[in-house]
Amino acid sequence: MAPRSPDGGDLRGPISRIGVLALQGAVREHERAITEIGAEAVRVRLPRDLAGLDALVLPGGESTTMRKLIDAYGLREPILALAHAGAPMLGTCAGMILLADRIIDGDEPVFRLLDLAVRRNGYGRQLDSFEADLETPGLPGGPLHGVFIRAPIVEDVGRAVEILARDADGRPVAVRQGQVLATAFHPELTSDRRLHRLLRQLIADRAEARR
Amino acid sequence: MTTIQSSTFATKVGLARMLSGGVIMDVVTAEQARIAEEAGAVAVMALERVPSDIRKFGGVARMSDPRLIQEIKAAVSIPVMAKCRIGHFAEAQVLEALEVDYIDESEVLTPADEEHHIDKHGFRVPFVCGCRDLGEALRRIGEGAALIRTKGEAGTGNIVEAVRHMRAVQKGIRQLQSMRPDELFAAAKELRAPYELVRQTAELGELPVPNFSAGGVATPADASLMRQLGAQAVFVGSGIFKSENPERYARAIVKATTQFDNPEVLVEVSAGLGEPMRGLELSEIPVEERLAVRGW
Repeated sequence: MAPRSPDGGDLRGPISRIGVLALQGAVREHERAITEIGAEAVRVRLPRDLAGLDALVLPGGESTTMRKLIDAYGLREPILALAHAGAPMLGTCAGMILLADRIIDGDEPVFRLLDLAVRRNGYGRQLDSFEADLETPGLPGGPLHGVFIRAPIVEDVGRAVEILARDADGRPVAVRQGQVLATAFHPELTSDRRLHRLLRQLIADRAEARR
Repeated sequence: MTTIQSSTFATKVGLARMLSGGVIMDVVTAEQARIAEEAGAVAVMALERVPSDIRKFGGVARMSDPRLIQEIKAAVSIPVMAKCRIGHFAEAQVLEALEVDYIDESEVLTPADEEHHIDKHGFRVPFVCGCRDLGEALRRIGEGAALIRTKGEAGTGNIVEAVRHMRAVQKGIRQLQSMRPDELFAAAKELRAPYELVRQTAELGELPVPNFSAGGVATPADASLMRQLGAQAVFVGSGIFKSENPERYARAIVKATTQFDNPEVLVEVSAGLGEPMRGLELSEIPVEERLAVRGW
C-alpha cells in the first residue's frame, strides 16, 4: 500500500517542498497545514531560501509590513521568477493582497500575479472580523468554514480567474488563476485542508506535465 | 443557509496570530504612528505618554484622550491598539466604541481595581493582558484575553524582567508537560488558574493563545533574545521614540524580530545605530514604583 499523510492523502512520489514566506504573520499555522498534507514546509526569509521549492505560500499577516520586508530583503524579483517558472502559489488574506494586480486604496500592487482588484480591510476593522460558512462552486466537498480577519474584499475579477468560493453576498473569497490560488479568509486557522491539498495537486500536475 | 458570526474568540485570537513575527510600537502622535507603519510595525499602541515618561511624570496614568486615538486611527492602515486601566471596564467600553483593534488592559496605567480584572468575554473587541508567570497568564485567558504578553518592566529599557517573566512562563509550561493527567488538578489549584486551560496548555505545550513579549526591549538584540526565548512577537514602548534615531531604530528592531535567529542580519542592523534609550537599573526603582507587580 502507498504511504499516507496524516490526513489520508496519497504520498507516492517525492515529498513536495512548499515554502512559506516567513517575514511575519501566520507562518506556523501554514507550516502545520503543509505538514498535515504530507509535504515539507520550508521557511522563506531570504532569497537563498527559495532554492528548490515546488510551491510558495504567502501567509496572512499585515500586508504593509510584508511588502516592506519583501523589498528590504530583495525577495520581490526571486519570488516573481519562481512564479513565472510555473511554481504554484497560495496567498491567504495579506497574501491575496500581495498577489493582486490592483489594490483599490492606492497602495502599489506587489506581485500582480492575479487578475483582480482588492480593497484592503474591505470587510472593516477588527470588530467586523467574522466566521462564515461559504458556498464553494469551485471546490468539491460542500460548504467551507472561513475565518475572516480584517479581510480584503475582492471588488473585481478578470475573465481568467476561476471562483472557488463566495461569501453570503456572492463576492469571490477564494480564487484560482492558473497556478495561483488566493483566499480572502484564513484556511490556515481551521482544520479544512482543501486549499492546501489543491496546492499540492497543482504541484503534482506540474510534475506530471514535465515528464 | 449561511451563518455569519462576528467577533468570535477565533477571530480575536486570529488577529493575534496575524501579528506574529512582528513589532507593535508605542506611539503618542499621528506622526509617530506614520513613522512606525513606514518602518514596518505590524500594529501601533496609541497612548499619551510612553512608559518612561509615565514614570517621570508620576500621578495617575489613565486611558488616552479619544481624540488622539481617532487621529492615530486615521493616520495608519495597520491595527491600532489602546490601553485601559486594570479593571476599568468603562474605559474599555469607550475604547470599544472607538473601534480600536485591540485593548491592552495594562499595568503601565494606574490600576482602577485591586482585586478584579475586566470580564473580557463580554466585549467584542479583543484584549491583550500582561503576565509574569504561567498562572497569571492562564487567569487572564480565563477572563477572556485573546493574547498574552509577558510584562517585563516597562519604561526601563532594561530587558532583565522581560527575560525573567518569559522564562517563568516557559518553565511553567514544561513542568505541566511532565505531569501525569491526574496531577493537573492540583497544578491548577497551585497556579490559581482554570483547570481546563491548564489541561489545554499541558496538551499543546504552549499557551492556548499567542504569547508576545513586552517591557524593556531597547535594542535589536533585545528583540532577538525575546524571540529566541519563545516570544512570537515584540511590543516596544519607549525603546523606539526615546532613541537617538527613531526611524532607523524602528526599522532595525523590525528586521531583528523577523530574522531573530540570523546573527548576520543582527550585525547589519545594529551597526552604527546610535544611542538607544537611556536604561534604568532595576535596583534604582523602588519596589512600590515597579509596574509589573500590578495585576492579580
